[in-house]
Amino acid sequence: MGKIFFKEKDLVVPGDILAEGIDYLPSGGCIRENDNIVANHLGLVILDNRFVKVIPLAGKYVPKVGDTVIGYVVDMSFNGWFFDINGPYEAALMVKDVAEFIDKDMDLAQFYNFGDLVITQVSRVTRYSNINLTTKGPGLRKITGGKVIAITPTKVPRVIGKQGSMVQMLKEKTNCNIIVGQNGLVWVEGKNPNDELMATEAILKIEHESHIDGLTDKMKEFLGEKK
Amino acid sequence: MSYTKRIDGRKFDEPRKMEAKIGVIPRADGSAMFKIGDTIAIAAVYGPRELHPKFLQNPEKGILRCNYDMASFSVPERKKPGPNRRSTEISMVTEKALLPVLDLNQFPNAVVDVFVEIVQANAGTRCAGITAASMALAHAGVPMRNLISAVSVGKVGDKIVIDLDKNEEDYEDGATDIPVAMTGNHEITLLQLDGEVTKDELLKALELAKKGCSEIDKFQRKALKEFYKGVKDE
Repeated sequence: MGKIFFKEKDLVVPGDILAEGIDYLPSGGCIRENDNIVANHLGLVILDNRFVKVIPLAGKYVPKVGDTVIGYVVDMSFNGWFFDINGPYEAALMVKDVAEFIDKDMDLAQFYNFGDLVITQVSRVTRYSNINLTTKGPGLRKITGGKVIAITPTKVPRVIGKQGSMVQMLKEKTNCNIIVGQNGLVWVEGKNPNDELMATEAILKIEHESHIDGLTDKMKEFLGEKK
Repeated sequence: MSYTKRIDGRKFDEPRKMEAKIGVIPRADGSAMFKIGDTIAIAAVYGPRELHPKFLQNPEKGILRCNYDMASFSVPERKKPGPNRRSTEISMVTEKALLPVLDLNQFPNAVVDVFVEIVQANAGTRCAGITAASMALAHAGVPMRNLISAVSVGKVGDKIVIDLDKNEEDYEDGATDIPVAMTGNHEITLLQLDGEVTKDELLKALELAKKGCSEIDKFQRKALKEFYKGVKDE
């Protein structure tokens, strides 16, 4: 029978031995090395049945199909745009993947120009280095107004919360429209600057305290005090 | 004449006092400071990010690029700024010392940049640089099998000692300096030696390096954990 060397939600560092024996399986953020399961990320370790998993606390955004991301145009070609999506690679948005109808000879800059922020979805990923985006879908469009704040991509799940509970609560309490990109860019748009400021403060606080249990309740309190 | 007592009063197998700080450079993806004695190294990690010019890219896996530099004020006599023969060599060995533990297969055509800056030097700078770089890589979230810790061992006079300082390196009866880097499992990733030692002395020195590296490895892990714990407790 194998042994485990950690408590649930322990902080581990690359090279820490997490489990021994073949009864446990590495499932993310860790690897098997001979008989042991060894962490290869810095993060919090959890055990799910037989699977050992390390949730990384740092790292770049790795695109997955279906992710909603916020990116900005860094390059244009004759058949599409290239976006910086805060990951290791630029992502391409082809003309055929755009919701608007674009005729043959139209100037692409009139749809998305350099520096424009766009809410898009990852439609295809090949070996991480070729990433295709799409703007066909509900809520995918160019951003006008509001502000975009950058957080660590690994903290995004905490900003969203369980089934979106955290972001829902933020929206209600601050009267802001908030869209969280999986790549760590968050768009906040409120009716007045104070609301936006409050939402920004709250999101940065979540990023900073993302390890704490019961964060949603704590944030509720925090926002209640602010009002 | 025998070297009976170390100049700064340490034991022969005692490294200098260490200090480590994570996240010292806010704009970098990962950063760390490592201080051992009077030697201070700061490392910053950027990436994985796209690599240009394109001909340097490797479509099978990401590459690691290290840059070691000494600040002009880091040594008693002003050092002319910019790369030189020595820093080019150390950049290369730093890269080779760190690469075996990194897993960059996920990031084809990309690069991980590591910048090591020595802001104060009192011997053992490459080891301090590698130690700091390893912590910075972990902080940046680059997948890695293990941490790397490095320490210099050597022979001063007729004694095998760990973590030489500048006075010992310049010892009048001759000194040999052997920088060693190891993973947490004591796999050697860096071993440089120019000078004179016998085989037995080298083996003895490596044994000492193993001990020193374990100590540094523990220190690195503690520093990394404490950095995140501090955030946790606030």
